[in-house]
Amino acid sequence: MSADTVFGACPVPARGYDRVVMGHGSGGRLSADLLQQVFLPAFEGQVLAALEDQATVELSGTRMALTTDSFVVRPIFFPGGDIGTLAVNGTVNDLAVGGAVPRFLSAAFILEEGLPLEDLERVARSMRRACDAAGVVLVTGDTKVVDRGKADQLFITTTGVGAYPPFRPPVSIAAARAGDRVLVSGTLGDHGVAILSVREGLEFETTLESDTAPLTGLVQALLEAASGVRAMRDPTRGGLSSSLHELAAASHVGVHLEEASIPVRREVRAACEILGLDPLYVANEGKLMAVLAPEQAEAGLAALRRHPLGTNAAIVGTVVAEHPGVVTMRSVVGGERVVPMLAGEQLPRIC
Amino acid sequence: MKFVDEYRDGGAAHGLAEAIDREATRPWVIMEVCGGQTHSIVRHGIDEMLPLGVELVHGPGCPVCVTPLEMIDKAHAIAGQRGVVFCSFGDMLRVPGSHGDLLGRKAEGCDVRVVYSPLDAVDIAAKNPDRRVVFFAIGFETTAPANAMALRVARQRGLRNFSALVSHVLVPPAIEAILNGEGNRVQAFLGPGHVCAIMGTGEYEPIARRHRVPIVVTGFEPIDILQGVLLAVRQLERGDATVHVQYGRAVRAPGNLPAQRVISEVFEVCDRAWRGVGVIPASGLRLRDEYREHDAAEIFDVASLTVHEPEACISGEILMGKKRPRDCSAFGGACTPVSPLGATMVSSEGACAAYFAYGRHLPATDRRRLPIADGRSP
Repeated sequence: MSADTVFGACPVPARGYDRVVMGHGSGGRLSADLLQQVFLPAFEGQVLAALEDQATVELSGTRMALTTDSFVVRPIFFPGGDIGTLAVNGTVNDLAVGGAVPRFLSAAFILEEGLPLEDLERVARSMRRACDAAGVVLVTGDTKVVDRGKADQLFITTTGVGAYPPFRPPVSIAAARAGDRVLVSGTLGDHGVAILSVREGLEFETTLESDTAPLTGLVQALLEAASGVRAMRDPTRGGLSSSLHELAAASHVGVHLEEASIPVRREVRAACEILGLDPLYVANEGKLMAVLAPEQAEAGLAALRRHPLGTNAAIVGTVVAEHPGVVTMRSVVGGERVVPMLAGEQLPRIC
Repeated sequence: MKFVDEYRDGGAAHGLAEAIDREATRPWVIMEVCGGQTHSIVRHGIDEMLPLGVELVHGPGCPVCVTPLEMIDKAHAIAGQRGVVFCSFGDMLRVPGSHGDLLGRKAEGCDVRVVYSPLDAVDIAAKNPDRRVVFFAIGFETTAPANAMALRVARQRGLRNFSALVSHVLVPPAIEAILNGEGNRVQAFLGPGHVCAIMGTGEYEPIARRHRVPIVVTGFEPIDILQGVLLAVRQLERGDATVHVQYGRAVRAPGNLPAQRVISEVFEVCDRAWRGVGVIPASGLRLRDEYREHDAAEIFDVASLTVHEPEACISGEILMGKKRPRDCSAFGGACTPVSPLGATMVSSEGACAAYFAYGRHLPATDRRRLPIADGRSP
């Protein structure tokens, strides 16, 4: 809620944190605060302020897409992938959802003293496989080592450069209009729950795997099949809810979801029920959220479903003119509610 | 998913809402006791499905919300001491105390950890014999057996570095306090399903009789709650006042006897302060003398703390069903889930947090429920 929405006078000042807390990294409201209060004032500029997943810059008359992302996942190996596959696919996907074709990557490694070289080799090999699968080339890199305990095994930062096709569609997080339909390319929350299932102190048995995958092919298939693609995101940390809030804020629209049409795997629903989490806020690493003009939605859905990464694609909601900035949902039993922006970290409920 | 999908069936929910609409001839005020029920009501928009006139008010059953500020401050002080590993359920980390929350402590470098089970805290104590491991034992009768078990196990294993900061509360005395309170509006209760799964229903019979108030022990899924409301409305319309179990798949009249035994082995009943409400006699649990060496409140010197409750916070009146979140001048302005002033804004089960999530795009006047005219709802 913005600061100007005050219901009456209040004698008590709002409390903030004067240090970084974990919630600042959640992808939710505290992360947004960090951007608004620290980074945007420090680095003025229209490209940054657009808050797209990728920056579009022009160099010698050629427009290209640029993005960067850090990976600190714990544990570094998990069902369906590892920190290396994430580091490649995460950056590839931030380029792909802008309509760009990712081409080159850089990677910077922060290594904790004592990390087994075998683990590092394993991560490097899987990064190579991920690069090959995504059609990108890792062309430069850096390594630093820090004292034991000053990092958690291995952190990776990747930066990616992509090229736009000659007729780049004007997709933007700010381009959604009332009446547009919201599509997702498959089941939500697979990655987050797969990670939780192997987290220390929380291990539970599941066959679930992370959905980490490069989205370039899926995005290009969608763009070829449907001309009315307005906005795309890969809903990673903070989940679909956070991507929709970014869309609602940037496009000055509301979003209305149909809970019954949102694809969520049985295992993910079960784990979320037990842990008190909401799949709408759980991370994905290989899913696409796309907003399409209404008349193009069915064609777009069909294109997604034809692609191996989009077999469970669904139309999950509609962009509305009412309640700009707010995401609402009709629940499975027919009640209406607001889907709030994640406040801090999603904390497990205790009963 | 079994045990979930059948209780979230849209058609069945619609049918129950229609039945409530048919059977309610007058306005009724029904309180759901549990925070879990409040959460489910707003998550699924159940109050929006009810006929105007059947009003749900939110009860005191959010364990995070009712933990007194003094306990939060004690936790904050203990977590800041050298060599301490402070373990807690996740929700408690964001509850504001007089000097900040436990997440802030963690950011300062203190060892504050979220555990999903109190037995995990016992394991941490076993693995770290040179550290003092403190578990924040809060909650209602639902969390009491597991917390008691952790203390019993720690004692059996001779883990003298394990202690608990205990602030347990009990539901029946709180219901009595609401009914005895000045200006009480509550006419029927959706009783606490999981508390009764542990404790049985015996404690609720005398309350229903004495106060002539129907108590429907209710589950947490949408169909459970709608059924609970229907059963409560039926009793109210007939003038009945009995304890009825809607949540039969979990609740037996005698409750869970082994769980009750471990509770009374480790804890004893005491007076307890409820945040924003004040002291309710015989409404809490504390450690028995045999467990004193595991009592963090005794081990650590935290007796002399002075506490300051933000004056704007009316969480006490909200917990008692007297006021609604929008009656608070700070609601949605100075007090939001990001920077909560009171505990009802912290936990997803807290009424203020639930309202903030569910109603923030609605006019600030709130949805006023109208009396039912000429014997029928509009």
